[in-house]
Amino acid sequence: MRLSSKATTLLILAAVIAIAPVFFPSSYYFRVGSLIFVNGLAVTGLVILIGYAGQISLGHAGFAGIGAYACALAPVHLGLHPALAAVLGALLSAAIAYLVGRPILRLKGYYLAVTSLGFGILVSMVLSNEAQLTGGPDGMAVPELGLRAVLKAIGIDLSNTEFWYAFSGLVLVLGAWLALNLYHSPTGRALRALHGSEVAARTVGVDVAHYKLVAFVLSAIYASVSGSLLALQNKFITPDVAGFMHSIEMVTMTVLGGAGSVLGAILGAAILTTLPQVLTIFQEYEQLMLGLVMMLVMIFMREGLLPSITRRIRGRAE
Amino acid sequence: MSLLQIEGLGIDFGGLRAVHDVGFSLKPGEIVSVIGPNGAGKTTLFNMISGVYAPARGRVVLDGEDVTRMPPHLLARRGLSRTFQNLQIFQSMSVLENAVAGHHLHERGSVFADLFALPAARRRSQASGESARALLDRVGLGRAAEQEAGSLSYGALKRLEIARALALKPRVLLLDEPAAGCNAVETEEIDHLIAQVAAEGVSILLVEHDMKMVMRISNHIVVLDHGEKIAEGEPAAIARNPRVIEAYLGAQATEAKHVDG
Repeated sequence: MRLSSKATTLLILAAVIAIAPVFFPSSYYFRVGSLIFVNGLAVTGLVILIGYAGQISLGHAGFAGIGAYACALAPVHLGLHPALAAVLGALLSAAIAYLVGRPILRLKGYYLAVTSLGFGILVSMVLSNEAQLTGGPDGMAVPELGLRAVLKAIGIDLSNTEFWYAFSGLVLVLGAWLALNLYHSPTGRALRALHGSEVAARTVGVDVAHYKLVAFVLSAIYASVSGSLLALQNKFITPDVAGFMHSIEMVTMTVLGGAGSVLGAILGAAILTTLPQVLTIFQEYEQLMLGLVMMLVMIFMREGLLPSITRRIRGRAE
Repeated sequence: MSLLQIEGLGIDFGGLRAVHDVGFSLKPGEIVSVIGPNGAGKTTLFNMISGVYAPARGRVVLDGEDVTRMPPHLLARRGLSRTFQNLQIFQSMSVLENAVAGHHLHERGSVFADLFALPAARRRSQASGESARALLDRVGLGRAAEQEAGSLSYGALKRLEIARALALKPRVLLLDEPAAGCNAVETEEIDHLIAQVAAEGVSILLVEHDMKMVMRISNHIVVLDHGEKIAEGEPAAIARNPRVIEAYLGAQATEAKHVDG
Protein backbone atom coordinates (compact mmCIF):
# COMPACT_ATOMS: atom_id res chain seq x y z
CA MET A 1 0.00 0.00 0.00
CA ARG A 2 1.24 3.45 -0.88
CA LEU A 3 0.84 5.97 1.91
CA SER A 4 -0.52 9.38 1.00
CA SER A 5 1.99 12.22 1.25
CA LYS A 6 -0.07 13.62 4.12
CA ALA A 7 0.13 10.44 6.17
CA THR A 8 3.84 10.06 5.41
CA THR A 9 4.63 13.59 6.56
CA LEU A 10 2.66 13.24 9.78
CA LEU A 11 4.18 9.83 10.48
CA ILE A 12 7.73 11.05 9.98
CA LEU A 13 7.12 14.13 12.11
CA ALA A 14 5.47 12.22 14.97
CA ALA A 15 8.10 9.46 14.88
CA VAL A 16 11.02 11.92 15.02
CA ILE A 17 9.43 13.84 17.89
CA ALA A 18 8.71 10.63 19.83
CA ILE A 19 12.02 8.85 19.21
CA ALA A 20 14.53 11.73 19.37
CA PRO A 21 14.50 11.97 23.21
CA VAL A 22 16.08 8.48 23.38
CA PHE A 23 19.29 10.10 22.12
CA PHE A 24 19.16 13.19 24.34
CA PRO A 25 22.12 13.22 26.74
CA SER A 26 20.77 16.11 28.83
CA SER A 27 17.63 18.14 29.48
CA TYR A 28 19.17 20.97 27.43
CA TYR A 29 18.26 19.02 24.30
CA PHE A 30 14.58 18.94 25.29
CA ARG A 31 14.78 22.70 25.50
CA VAL A 32 16.30 23.01 21.99
CA GLY A 33 13.69 20.55 20.73
CA SER A 34 10.77 22.56 22.04
CA LEU A 35 12.26 25.73 20.54
CA ILE A 36 12.40 23.95 17.18
CA PHE A 37 8.72 22.97 17.52
CA VAL A 38 7.69 26.50 18.43
CA ASN A 39 9.54 27.91 15.41
CA GLY A 40 8.26 25.00 13.32
CA LEU A 41 4.69 26.00 14.13
CA ALA A 42 5.18 29.59 12.97
CA VAL A 43 6.92 28.32 9.87
CA THR A 44 4.06 25.90 9.09
CA GLY A 45 1.77 28.92 9.02
CA LEU A 46 4.15 30.62 6.62
CA VAL A 47 4.05 27.54 4.37
CA ILE A 48 0.35 28.31 3.90
CA LEU A 49 1.11 31.94 3.10
CA ILE A 50 4.37 31.64 1.13
CA GLY A 51 4.32 28.07 -0.13
CA TYR A 52 0.65 27.66 -0.98
CA ALA A 53 -0.46 31.20 -1.78
CA GLY A 54 2.88 32.69 -2.90
CA GLN A 55 2.59 35.79 -0.71
CA ILE A 56 5.42 37.18 1.41
CA SER A 57 5.08 38.69 4.88
CA LEU A 58 8.02 40.39 6.56
CA GLY A 59 6.16 41.14 9.77
CA HIS A 60 4.90 37.84 11.13
CA ALA A 61 6.89 38.28 14.32
CA GLY A 62 4.35 41.00 15.08
CA PHE A 63 1.70 38.30 15.41
CA ALA A 64 4.05 36.17 17.50
CA GLY A 65 4.44 39.24 19.73
CA ILE A 66 0.68 39.61 20.07
CA GLY A 67 0.35 35.94 21.00
CA ALA A 68 3.21 36.15 23.48
CA TYR A 69 2.11 39.32 25.24
CA ALA A 70 -1.50 38.14 25.34
CA CYS A 71 -0.28 35.31 27.58
CA ALA A 72 1.63 37.78 29.75
CA LEU A 73 -0.99 40.51 29.99
CA ALA A 74 -4.43 38.88 29.82
CA PRO A 75 -3.99 36.71 32.96
CA VAL A 76 -2.89 39.76 34.98
CA HIS A 77 -5.31 42.37 33.66
CA LEU A 78 -8.31 40.31 32.61
CA GLY A 79 -7.89 37.40 34.99
CA LEU A 80 -7.91 34.95 32.09
CA HIS A 81 -6.34 31.50 32.29
CA PRO A 82 -3.08 31.52 30.23
CA ALA A 83 -4.56 28.97 27.80
CA LEU A 84 -7.55 31.24 27.17
CA ALA A 85 -5.16 34.17 26.89
CA ALA A 86 -3.41 32.32 24.04
CA VAL A 87 -6.78 31.84 22.33
CA LEU A 88 -7.54 35.53 22.82
CA GLY A 89 -4.13 36.39 21.30
CA ALA A 90 -4.88 34.18 18.30
CA LEU A 91 -8.28 35.80 17.78
CA LEU A 92 -6.74 39.26 18.09
CA SER A 93 -4.00 38.34 15.59
CA ALA A 94 -6.59 36.99 13.19
CA ALA A 95 -8.68 40.17 13.48
CA ILE A 96 -5.64 42.42 12.92
CA ALA A 97 -4.44 40.29 9.99
CA TYR A 98 -7.91 40.64 8.48
CA LEU A 99 -8.01 44.42 8.93
CA VAL A 100 -4.45 44.93 7.64
CA GLY A 101 -4.74 42.37 4.84
CA ARG A 102 -8.15 43.28 3.45
CA PRO A 103 -7.28 46.58 1.78
CA ILE A 104 -3.74 45.48 0.87
CA LEU A 105 -4.42 42.12 -0.73
CA ARG A 106 -6.70 43.64 -3.33
CA LEU A 107 -3.57 45.15 -4.86
CA LYS A 108 -1.11 43.19 -6.95
CA GLY A 109 2.58 43.19 -6.16
CA TYR A 110 4.79 43.62 -3.11
CA TYR A 111 2.38 45.63 -1.01
CA LEU A 112 1.84 42.87 1.54
CA ALA A 113 5.59 42.50 2.17
CA VAL A 114 6.00 46.23 2.79
CA THR A 115 2.81 46.66 4.83
CA SER A 116 3.51 43.64 7.02
CA LEU A 117 7.04 44.93 7.54
CA GLY A 118 5.60 48.18 8.84
CA PHE A 119 3.08 46.31 10.98
CA GLY A 120 5.81 44.18 12.60
CA ILE A 121 7.92 47.23 13.42
CA LEU A 122 4.86 48.95 14.86
CA VAL A 123 4.08 46.05 17.21
CA SER A 124 7.65 45.77 18.48
CA MET A 125 7.81 49.54 19.05
CA VAL A 126 4.57 49.55 21.02
CA LEU A 127 5.82 46.62 23.13
CA SER A 128 9.12 48.42 23.81
CA ASN A 129 7.63 51.83 24.54
CA GLU A 130 4.56 51.03 26.61
CA ALA A 131 6.85 50.25 29.53
CA GLN A 132 4.26 50.66 32.28
CA LEU A 133 2.19 47.90 30.64
CA THR A 134 4.80 45.61 29.04
CA GLY A 135 7.92 46.29 31.07
CA GLY A 136 9.48 47.80 27.96
CA PRO A 137 12.70 46.33 26.55
CA ASP A 138 13.34 44.53 29.86
CA GLY A 139 10.34 42.29 29.18
CA MET A 140 7.86 40.83 31.63
CA ALA A 141 7.01 37.62 33.44
CA VAL A 142 4.46 35.16 32.05
CA PRO A 143 2.32 33.04 34.38
CA GLU A 144 2.51 29.24 34.51
CA LEU A 145 0.27 27.33 32.08
CA GLY A 146 -0.51 24.85 34.87
CA LEU A 147 -1.03 21.84 32.65
CA ARG A 148 2.09 20.12 34.03
CA ALA A 149 0.61 20.16 37.54
CA VAL A 150 -2.60 18.62 36.21
CA LEU A 151 -0.63 15.86 34.49
CA LYS A 152 1.32 15.23 37.69
CA ALA A 153 -1.92 14.85 39.63
CA ILE A 154 -3.01 12.05 37.29
CA GLY A 155 0.35 10.31 37.58
CA ILE A 156 2.31 11.68 34.58
CA ASP A 157 5.35 13.33 36.13
CA LEU A 158 7.38 15.26 33.58
CA SER A 159 10.22 17.69 34.16
CA ASN A 160 9.60 21.22 32.92
CA THR A 161 11.72 20.80 29.78
CA GLU A 162 10.23 17.37 29.04
CA PHE A 163 6.71 18.73 29.37
CA TRP A 164 7.33 21.62 26.97
CA TYR A 165 9.04 19.30 24.52
CA ALA A 166 6.01 17.00 24.48
CA PHE A 167 3.40 19.74 24.53
CA SER A 168 4.86 21.95 21.78
CA GLY A 169 5.62 18.80 19.77
CA LEU A 170 1.95 17.86 20.02
CA VAL A 171 0.80 21.33 18.97
CA LEU A 172 3.22 21.22 16.03
CA VAL A 173 1.83 17.87 14.83
CA LEU A 174 -1.68 19.29 15.11
CA GLY A 175 -0.64 22.42 13.19
CA ALA A 176 1.01 20.30 10.49
CA TRP A 177 -2.10 18.11 10.23
CA LEU A 178 -4.31 21.16 9.65
CA ALA A 179 -1.91 22.63 7.06
CA LEU A 180 -1.73 19.32 5.21
CA ASN A 181 -5.52 18.94 5.26
CA LEU A 182 -5.73 22.40 3.78
CA TYR A 183 -3.23 21.56 1.03
CA HIS A 184 -5.43 18.80 -0.36
CA SER A 185 -8.70 20.69 0.10
CA PRO A 186 -10.62 23.01 -2.23
CA THR A 187 -9.24 26.01 -0.30
CA GLY A 188 -5.67 24.72 -0.65
CA ARG A 189 -6.17 24.17 -4.37
CA ALA A 190 -7.50 27.70 -4.76
CA LEU A 191 -4.43 29.06 -2.95
CA ARG A 192 -2.00 27.04 -5.02
CA ALA A 193 -3.90 27.95 -8.18
CA LEU A 194 -3.59 31.68 -7.56
CA HIS A 195 0.08 31.13 -6.78
CA GLY A 196 0.55 29.35 -10.11
CA SER A 197 -1.36 31.83 -12.26
CA GLU A 198 -3.47 34.58 -10.81
CA VAL A 199 -5.30 35.32 -14.04
CA ALA A 200 -6.14 31.63 -14.63
CA ALA A 201 -7.29 31.24 -11.02
CA ARG A 202 -9.63 34.19 -11.47
CA THR A 203 -11.10 32.77 -14.65
CA VAL A 204 -11.99 29.51 -12.89
CA GLY A 205 -13.82 31.60 -10.30
CA VAL A 206 -11.27 32.00 -7.51
CA ASP A 207 -11.81 35.25 -5.62
CA VAL A 208 -8.08 35.94 -5.44
CA ALA A 209 -8.18 38.77 -2.88
CA HIS A 210 -10.39 36.71 -0.58
CA TYR A 211 -8.17 33.62 -0.66
CA LYS A 212 -4.97 35.60 -0.12
CA LEU A 213 -6.66 37.06 2.93
CA VAL A 214 -7.60 33.58 4.16
CA ALA A 215 -3.94 32.51 3.89
CA PHE A 216 -2.73 35.67 5.64
CA VAL A 217 -5.17 35.29 8.54
CA LEU A 218 -4.41 31.58 9.01
CA SER A 219 -0.66 32.19 9.02
CA ALA A 220 -1.13 35.00 11.55
CA ILE A 221 -2.94 32.57 13.88
CA TYR A 222 -0.06 30.08 13.58
CA ALA A 223 2.48 32.81 14.40
CA SER A 224 0.38 33.98 17.34
CA VAL A 225 0.08 30.51 18.86
CA SER A 226 3.82 30.02 18.33
CA GLY A 227 4.48 33.26 20.24
CA SER A 228 2.15 32.14 23.03
CA LEU A 229 3.95 28.79 23.36
CA LEU A 230 7.31 30.55 23.49
CA ALA A 231 6.12 32.94 26.20
CA LEU A 232 4.54 30.18 28.27
CA GLN A 233 7.56 27.89 28.18
CA ASN A 234 10.08 30.68 28.86
CA LYS A 235 7.79 32.19 31.53
CA PHE A 236 9.30 35.46 30.46
CA ILE A 237 8.99 37.56 27.34
CA THR A 238 10.80 40.52 25.75
CA PRO A 239 9.85 42.64 22.72
CA ASP A 240 12.49 40.75 20.69
CA VAL A 241 9.81 38.12 19.97
CA ALA A 242 8.10 40.70 17.77
CA GLY A 243 11.32 42.10 16.34
CA PHE A 244 12.20 42.47 12.69
CA MET A 245 15.00 39.89 12.99
CA HIS A 246 12.50 37.31 14.19
CA SER A 247 10.27 37.98 11.16
CA ILE A 248 13.23 37.55 8.85
CA GLU A 249 14.25 34.36 10.66
CA MET A 250 10.78 32.89 10.13
CA VAL A 251 10.81 33.58 6.40
CA THR A 252 14.39 32.31 6.12
CA MET A 253 13.51 29.04 7.86
CA THR A 254 10.52 28.56 5.55
CA VAL A 255 12.41 29.23 2.35
CA LEU A 256 15.54 27.35 3.41
CA GLY A 257 13.70 24.10 4.10
CA GLY A 258 11.23 24.46 1.24
CA ALA A 259 8.25 26.78 1.38
CA GLY A 260 6.08 24.36 -0.59
CA SER A 261 6.49 21.53 1.90
CA VAL A 262 5.38 21.44 5.53
CA LEU A 263 8.05 18.91 6.46
CA GLY A 264 10.70 20.86 4.55
CA ALA A 265 9.89 24.12 6.30
CA ILE A 266 9.97 22.41 9.71
CA LEU A 267 13.39 21.01 8.75
CA GLY A 268 14.43 24.57 7.93
CA ALA A 269 13.23 25.64 11.38
CA ALA A 270 15.20 22.78 12.95
CA ILE A 271 18.41 23.72 11.14
CA LEU A 272 18.24 27.43 11.84
CA THR A 273 17.24 26.87 15.47
CA THR A 274 20.04 24.36 16.08
CA LEU A 275 22.79 26.06 14.12
CA PRO A 276 23.30 29.02 16.49
CA GLN A 277 23.49 26.54 19.42
CA VAL A 278 26.14 24.49 17.58
CA LEU A 279 27.99 27.54 16.37
CA THR A 280 28.31 29.27 19.75
CA ILE A 281 31.98 28.25 19.72
CA PHE A 282 32.38 30.27 16.53
CA GLN A 283 30.09 33.02 17.70
CA GLU A 284 31.81 35.67 15.60
CA TYR A 285 31.21 33.63 12.47
CA GLU A 286 27.61 32.64 13.21
CA GLN A 287 25.96 35.31 11.05
CA LEU A 288 28.54 34.69 8.34
CA MET A 289 27.79 30.97 8.26
CA LEU A 290 24.03 31.56 8.19
CA GLY A 291 24.35 33.97 5.29
CA LEU A 292 26.56 31.54 3.42
CA VAL A 293 24.18 28.60 3.94
CA MET A 294 21.25 30.67 2.73
CA MET A 295 23.04 31.83 -0.39
CA LEU A 296 24.23 28.33 -1.29
CA VAL A 297 20.77 26.83 -0.83
CA MET A 298 19.15 29.53 -2.95
CA ILE A 299 21.75 29.13 -5.71
CA PHE A 300 21.81 25.33 -5.83
CA MET A 301 18.45 24.27 -4.35
CA ARG A 302 15.98 26.96 -5.25
CA GLU A 303 12.91 25.07 -4.06
CA GLY A 304 14.50 24.67 -0.61
CA LEU A 305 16.42 21.80 0.96
CA LEU A 306 13.82 19.05 1.29
CA PRO A 307 11.99 19.37 -2.05
CA SER A 308 15.31 19.59 -3.92
CA ILE A 309 16.77 16.55 -2.17
CA THR A 310 13.66 14.35 -2.60
CA ARG A 311 13.47 15.36 -6.26
CA ARG A 312 17.09 14.33 -6.76
CA ILE A 313 16.55 10.99 -5.01
CA ARG A 314 13.41 10.31 -7.03
CA GLY A 315 15.18 11.29 -10.23
CA ARG A 316 17.91 8.75 -9.48
CA ALA A 317 15.39 6.01 -8.66
CA GLU A 318 13.57 6.34 -11.99
CA MET B 1 -32.14 35.15 -28.32
CA SER B 2 -28.44 35.79 -27.90
CA LEU B 3 -26.59 34.54 -24.83
CA LEU B 4 -23.60 36.85 -25.17
CA GLN B 5 -23.93 40.26 -26.73
CA ILE B 6 -20.92 42.51 -27.47
CA GLU B 7 -21.78 46.14 -28.25
CA GLY B 8 -19.33 48.79 -29.49
CA LEU B 9 -16.47 47.46 -27.39
CA GLY B 10 -13.24 49.46 -27.44
CA ILE B 11 -10.00 50.06 -25.54
CA ASP B 12 -6.92 52.26 -26.04
CA PHE B 13 -3.34 51.59 -25.00
CA GLY B 14 -1.47 54.85 -24.57
CA GLY B 15 -3.28 56.66 -27.37
CA LEU B 16 -3.31 53.61 -29.64
CA ARG B 17 -6.79 52.37 -30.51
CA ALA B 18 -6.19 48.66 -29.86
CA VAL B 19 -9.84 47.72 -30.36
CA HIS B 20 -12.56 50.05 -31.60
CA ASP B 21 -16.32 49.67 -31.85
CA VAL B 22 -16.52 45.90 -32.11
CA GLY B 23 -19.91 44.25 -31.75
CA PHE B 24 -21.45 40.85 -32.41
CA SER B 25 -23.52 38.23 -30.58
CA LEU B 26 -23.55 34.54 -29.72
CA LYS B 27 -26.54 32.23 -29.46
CA PRO B 28 -26.54 29.15 -27.22
CA GLY B 29 -24.60 26.31 -28.85
CA GLU B 30 -23.19 28.57 -31.53
CA ILE B 31 -19.51 28.64 -32.53
CA VAL B 32 -18.32 32.12 -33.46
CA SER B 33 -14.73 32.64 -34.57
CA VAL B 34 -12.79 35.87 -34.42
CA ILE B 35 -10.09 36.01 -37.07
CA GLY B 36 -7.66 38.61 -38.30
CA PRO B 37 -3.96 39.15 -38.87
CA ASN B 38 -1.52 39.25 -35.94
CA GLY B 39 -2.00 42.38 -33.88
CA ALA B 40 -5.59 42.84 -35.06
CA GLY B 41 -6.77 42.92 -31.42
CA LYS B 42 -8.27 39.44 -31.06
CA THR B 43 -6.70 38.59 -27.72
CA THR B 44 -7.35 42.12 -26.46
CA LEU B 45 -11.01 41.64 -27.35
CA PHE B 46 -11.00 38.33 -25.42
CA ASN B 47 -9.40 40.00 -22.42
CA MET B 48 -12.12 42.63 -22.36
CA ILE B 49 -14.96 40.15 -22.66
CA SER B 50 -13.48 37.91 -19.94
CA GLY B 51 -12.89 40.80 -17.52
CA VAL B 52 -9.08 40.75 -17.63
CA TYR B 53 -9.02 44.23 -19.24
CA ALA B 54 -11.54 46.96 -18.50
CA PRO B 55 -12.93 48.27 -21.81
CA ALA B 56 -13.00 52.04 -22.29
CA ARG B 57 -16.14 51.93 -24.43
CA GLY B 58 -19.03 49.62 -25.12
CA ARG B 59 -20.91 46.88 -23.29
CA VAL B 60 -20.74 43.16 -22.68
CA VAL B 61 -24.15 41.64 -21.99
CA LEU B 62 -24.37 38.07 -20.72
CA ASP B 63 -27.83 36.53 -20.74
CA GLY B 64 -29.47 39.93 -20.44
CA GLU B 65 -27.19 41.19 -17.66
CA ASP B 66 -24.66 43.98 -18.24
CA VAL B 67 -21.35 42.40 -17.18
CA THR B 68 -19.02 45.06 -18.59
CA ARG B 69 -15.88 45.45 -16.45
CA MET B 70 -16.98 42.67 -14.12
CA PRO B 71 -13.96 40.85 -12.61
CA PRO B 72 -13.24 37.38 -14.06
CA HIS B 73 -14.19 35.45 -10.92
CA LEU B 74 -17.70 36.93 -10.99
CA LEU B 75 -18.01 36.23 -14.70
CA ALA B 76 -17.02 32.64 -13.92
CA ARG B 77 -19.96 32.44 -11.50
CA ARG B 78 -22.21 33.50 -14.36
CA GLY B 79 -20.86 30.72 -16.54
CA LEU B 80 -18.18 32.42 -18.64
CA SER B 81 -14.89 30.57 -18.89
CA ARG B 82 -11.80 30.85 -21.08
CA THR B 83 -8.42 29.48 -22.10
CA PHE B 84 -5.28 31.46 -22.82
CA GLN B 85 -3.14 31.94 -25.89
CA ASN B 86 0.02 32.05 -23.78
CA LEU B 87 -0.62 29.08 -21.51
CA GLN B 88 -1.69 29.80 -17.95
CA ILE B 89 -1.23 26.40 -16.35
CA PHE B 90 -0.80 25.84 -12.60
CA GLN B 91 2.74 24.56 -13.14
CA SER B 92 3.49 23.08 -9.73
CA MET B 93 0.28 21.04 -9.68
CA SER B 94 -0.33 17.67 -11.26
CA VAL B 95 -2.40 17.38 -14.42
CA LEU B 96 -5.31 16.06 -12.37
CA GLU B 97 -5.06 18.87 -9.81
CA ASN B 98 -5.18 21.44 -12.61
CA ALA B 99 -8.43 19.94 -13.80
CA VAL B 100 -9.76 19.67 -10.23
CA ALA B 101 -8.87 23.33 -9.61
CA GLY B 102 -11.19 24.20 -12.48
CA HIS B 103 -14.06 22.94 -10.29
CA HIS B 104 -13.42 25.68 -7.75
CA LEU B 105 -16.93 27.12 -7.89
CA HIS B 106 -18.49 23.70 -7.47
CA GLU B 107 -16.18 22.46 -4.70
CA ARG B 108 -15.54 25.54 -2.55
CA GLY B 109 -16.90 25.47 0.97
CA SER B 110 -15.96 26.60 4.46
CA VAL B 111 -12.28 26.98 5.27
CA PHE B 112 -12.97 25.41 8.65
CA ALA B 113 -14.25 22.19 7.06
CA ASP B 114 -11.20 22.15 4.78
CA LEU B 115 -8.74 22.63 7.67
CA PHE B 116 -10.21 19.78 9.69
CA ALA B 117 -10.86 17.57 6.64
CA LEU B 118 -14.48 17.21 7.69
CA PRO B 119 -16.59 14.72 5.70
CA ALA B 120 -18.27 17.57 3.82
CA ALA B 121 -14.89 18.85 2.59
CA ARG B 122 -13.76 15.38 1.57
CA ARG B 123 -17.00 14.77 -0.32
CA ARG B 124 -16.53 18.01 -2.24
CA SER B 125 -12.94 17.08 -3.13
CA GLN B 126 -13.93 13.59 -4.16
CA ALA B 127 -16.76 14.78 -6.39
CA SER B 128 -14.54 17.27 -8.19
CA GLY B 129 -11.79 14.65 -8.48
CA GLU B 130 -14.13 12.22 -10.24
CA SER B 131 -15.44 14.90 -12.55
CA ALA B 132 -11.88 16.01 -13.32
CA ARG B 133 -10.85 12.48 -14.29
CA ALA B 134 -13.80 12.23 -16.66
CA LEU B 135 -12.85 15.55 -18.24
CA LEU B 136 -9.22 14.46 -18.65
CA ASP B 137 -10.42 11.30 -20.39
CA ARG B 138 -12.55 13.45 -22.62
CA VAL B 139 -9.59 15.58 -23.77
CA GLY B 140 -7.35 12.51 -24.04
CA LEU B 141 -5.20 13.18 -20.97
CA GLY B 142 -6.62 10.48 -18.73
CA ARG B 143 -3.36 8.57 -18.61
CA ALA B 144 -1.29 11.64 -17.79
CA ALA B 145 -3.42 12.50 -14.72
CA GLU B 146 -0.70 11.96 -12.10
CA GLN B 147 2.08 13.67 -14.05
CA GLU B 148 3.34 17.11 -13.17
CA ALA B 149 1.59 19.57 -15.46
CA GLY B 150 4.89 21.19 -16.40
CA SER B 151 6.06 17.93 -18.01
CA LEU B 152 3.33 17.87 -20.71
CA SER B 153 3.83 18.85 -24.33
CA TYR B 154 2.49 22.17 -25.59
CA GLY B 155 -0.43 20.57 -27.37
CA ALA B 156 -1.36 18.53 -24.29
CA LEU B 157 -1.28 21.66 -22.13
CA LYS B 158 -3.68 23.33 -24.55
CA ARG B 159 -6.08 20.44 -24.01
CA LEU B 160 -5.54 20.58 -20.26
CA GLU B 161 -6.61 24.24 -20.33
CA ILE B 162 -9.78 23.25 -22.18
CA ALA B 163 -10.51 20.55 -19.59
CA ARG B 164 -9.97 23.08 -16.80
CA ALA B 165 -12.28 25.58 -18.48
CA LEU B 166 -14.95 22.91 -19.01
CA ALA B 167 -14.78 22.01 -15.33
CA LEU B 168 -16.64 25.22 -14.63
CA LYS B 169 -19.58 23.81 -16.65
CA PRO B 170 -19.64 27.05 -18.62
CA ARG B 171 -22.43 28.49 -20.73
CA VAL B 172 -19.97 30.56 -22.73
CA LEU B 173 -16.45 29.32 -23.47
CA LEU B 174 -13.74 31.57 -24.91
CA LEU B 175 -10.94 29.61 -26.58
CA ASP B 176 -7.83 31.58 -27.50
CA GLU B 177 -5.91 29.63 -30.17
CA PRO B 178 -6.70 26.15 -28.79
CA ALA B 179 -4.96 24.42 -31.73
CA ALA B 180 -1.77 26.53 -31.79
CA GLY B 181 1.29 24.30 -31.58
CA CYS B 182 -0.73 21.14 -32.15
CA ASN B 183 -0.07 18.65 -34.93
CA ALA B 184 -2.72 17.69 -37.48
CA VAL B 185 -4.05 14.77 -35.44
CA GLU B 186 -4.30 16.83 -32.25
CA THR B 187 -5.95 19.68 -34.15
CA GLU B 188 -8.60 17.32 -35.44
CA GLU B 189 -9.22 16.02 -31.91
CA ILE B 190 -9.66 19.55 -30.59
CA ASP B 191 -11.91 20.25 -33.53
CA HIS B 192 -14.20 17.34 -32.57
CA LEU B 193 -14.11 18.32 -28.91
CA ILE B 194 -15.22 21.89 -29.66
CA ALA B 195 -18.04 20.70 -31.90
CA GLN B 196 -19.18 18.27 -29.19
CA VAL B 197 -19.15 20.93 -26.47
CA ALA B 198 -21.12 23.28 -28.68
CA ALA B 199 -23.63 20.52 -29.44
CA GLU B 200 -24.29 20.36 -25.70
CA GLY B 201 -25.48 23.96 -25.86
CA VAL B 202 -22.33 25.82 -24.82
CA SER B 203 -21.66 28.97 -26.84
CA ILE B 204 -18.09 29.07 -28.08
CA LEU B 205 -16.07 32.11 -29.03
CA LEU B 206 -12.92 31.06 -30.82
CA VAL B 207 -9.71 32.78 -31.84
CA GLU B 208 -7.73 30.51 -34.14
CA HIS B 209 -5.12 30.82 -36.85
CA ASP B 210 -5.81 27.44 -38.40
CA MET B 211 -8.11 28.63 -41.21
CA LYS B 212 -9.19 25.14 -42.22
CA MET B 213 -10.41 24.51 -38.69
CA VAL B 214 -12.15 27.88 -38.48
CA MET B 215 -13.95 27.38 -41.79
CA ARG B 216 -14.96 23.85 -40.84
CA ILE B 217 -16.47 24.37 -37.41
CA SER B 218 -17.66 28.00 -37.21
CA ASN B 219 -21.30 28.97 -37.55
CA HIS B 220 -20.32 32.58 -37.82
CA ILE B 221 -17.06 34.49 -38.32
CA VAL B 222 -16.05 37.98 -37.18
CA VAL B 223 -13.04 39.52 -38.93
CA LEU B 224 -10.88 42.10 -37.17
CA ASP B 225 -8.17 44.27 -38.70
CA HIS B 226 -6.34 47.06 -36.88
CA GLY B 227 -8.75 46.67 -33.98
CA GLU B 228 -11.91 47.17 -36.04
CA LYS B 229 -14.49 44.76 -37.35
CA ILE B 230 -14.16 44.70 -41.14
CA ALA B 231 -16.57 41.86 -41.86
CA GLU B 232 -18.78 39.22 -40.35
CA GLY B 233 -20.89 36.41 -41.68
CA GLU B 234 -21.00 32.73 -42.54
CA PRO B 235 -17.71 30.98 -43.33
CA ALA B 236 -18.41 30.68 -47.04
CA ALA B 237 -19.26 34.37 -47.36
CA ILE B 238 -16.18 35.39 -45.36
CA ALA B 239 -13.93 33.27 -47.56
CA ARG B 240 -15.17 35.22 -50.59
CA ASN B 241 -15.15 38.68 -48.99
CA PRO B 242 -12.56 40.82 -50.83
CA ARG B 243 -11.73 42.98 -47.78
CA VAL B 244 -11.03 39.86 -45.74
CA ILE B 245 -8.88 38.37 -48.46
CA GLU B 246 -6.94 41.60 -48.67
CA ALA B 247 -6.51 42.09 -44.91
CA TYR B 248 -6.09 38.58 -43.69
CA LEU B 249 -5.39 36.11 -46.43
CA GLY B 250 -3.42 38.79 -48.29
CA ALA B 251 -1.15 39.16 -45.31
CA GLN B 252 -0.74 35.40 -45.24
CA ALA B 253 0.03 35.33 -48.93
CA THR B 254 2.70 37.96 -48.36
CA GLU B 255 4.09 35.88 -45.50
CA ALA B 256 4.10 32.81 -47.74
CA LYS B 257 6.01 34.75 -50.35
CA HIS B 258 8.58 35.73 -47.70
CA VAL B 259 8.99 32.11 -46.72
CA ASP B 260 9.37 31.05 -50.32
CA GLY B 261 12.04 33.70 -50.43
